[in-house]
Amino acid sequence: MEQYLTLQNIGIATGFALILIGLYGGLTNKNILRIIVSFTIFNSGLNIVIVALAYLKGRVAPIIDDTTGLDNLSQKFVDPVPQALVLTAIVIGLGVTGVMLAYALKMYQNKQTLNINDFKETKW
Amino acid sequence: MYKNILILALLVGLGILLSTAITDREENTSLPELPAYYADNTAKEVGAANMVTAVIVTYRGFDTLGEVTILFVSAALIAMFLKTGNRRKNRNPRPSSVILSTAQKLLFPLIILFGAYVFANGHLTPGGGFQGGAIIATAFLLWLMANPEGEMRHGILSSLEAFSGTFYVIIGVVGVILGVGFLNNSILPLGELGRLFSAGAIPVIYSLIGLKVGAELSNILHHLNEVQNEE
Repeated sequence: MEQYLTLQNIGIATGFALILIGLYGGLTNKNILRIIVSFTIFNSGLNIVIVALAYLKGRVAPIIDDTTGLDNLSQKFVDPVPQALVLTAIVIGLGVTGVMLAYALKMYQNKQTLNINDFKETKW
Repeated sequence: MYKNILILALLVGLGILLSTAITDREENTSLPELPAYYADNTAKEVGAANMVTAVIVTYRGFDTLGEVTILFVSAALIAMFLKTGNRRKNRNPRPSSVILSTAQKLLFPLIILFGAYVFANGHLTPGGGFQGGAIIATAFLLWLMANPEGEMRHGILSSLEAFSGTFYVIIGVVGVILGVGFLNNSILPLGELGRLFSAGAIPVIYSLIGLKVGAELSNILHHLNEVQNEE
């Protein structure tokens, strides 16, 4: 057990826990707004996992300053590419959440309810 | 009831599956080839101290253009969904408290300034256009909370967004005309590493992205608020 208790594993485990919490919330809740919140929690969990996987032990954030110098940077920095990808994913997650919220508002205006069981038109 | 058991079984199974990713993972000790290239060559090729910014704005600038487009499309979709027309009914919400409206007057310019700092320094410190834009949008959120009936000037925000989006693409095309490549930052002099005016076109591009994202998110917030007023 001891050998698994590293910083990276804690980050990954936190992300996985958030993914499972988000999945649980999305599957059990009936209120559309709560389902959207569950989606965002799921999304955050995924982002944390990706960033945590890119961590390398004993290295620093990829920003050049006086302490890092200019030489041999590939031995000193963590991987910048997953961080850039996660930044993209966060922004796109934000856009998707906004569209979901607008859609939920529209659904509420049509039926005056947010319970997912009341929307049976596309159910088969 | 059996549904809950199924959900629980699914979650436990997925949990076991994911936990193997922790127990069976081999520790990485070195960077893969491509990130190692970025780490070693960013300083002289791009001149940005923040390597994540160099990857986002220059090495993968085309991806970022797509990302900005996705954000634009979602803002346009929300505007289409929540199109109100002019049939506002009086909702008469409770007036916001003195604390909130006074604090908003004090904090609004400060938050905008902080957002501008974050996106203008994106090539030096953690942060950048998207983060700075989100901070600017929080200033507008505060404003909307203090003035729930407030009318925002759509025109200014929309034209700011259109201007920065167009200029972003024009900067990319200038790189093509000069023969250095689409969205390459070396159309401006690279300057000295770590200065505010360095890294070529990166501060310009990130400031444009910051303005665009801030205007877009403020527009989304305003649309959501307007629909609330309509109810």
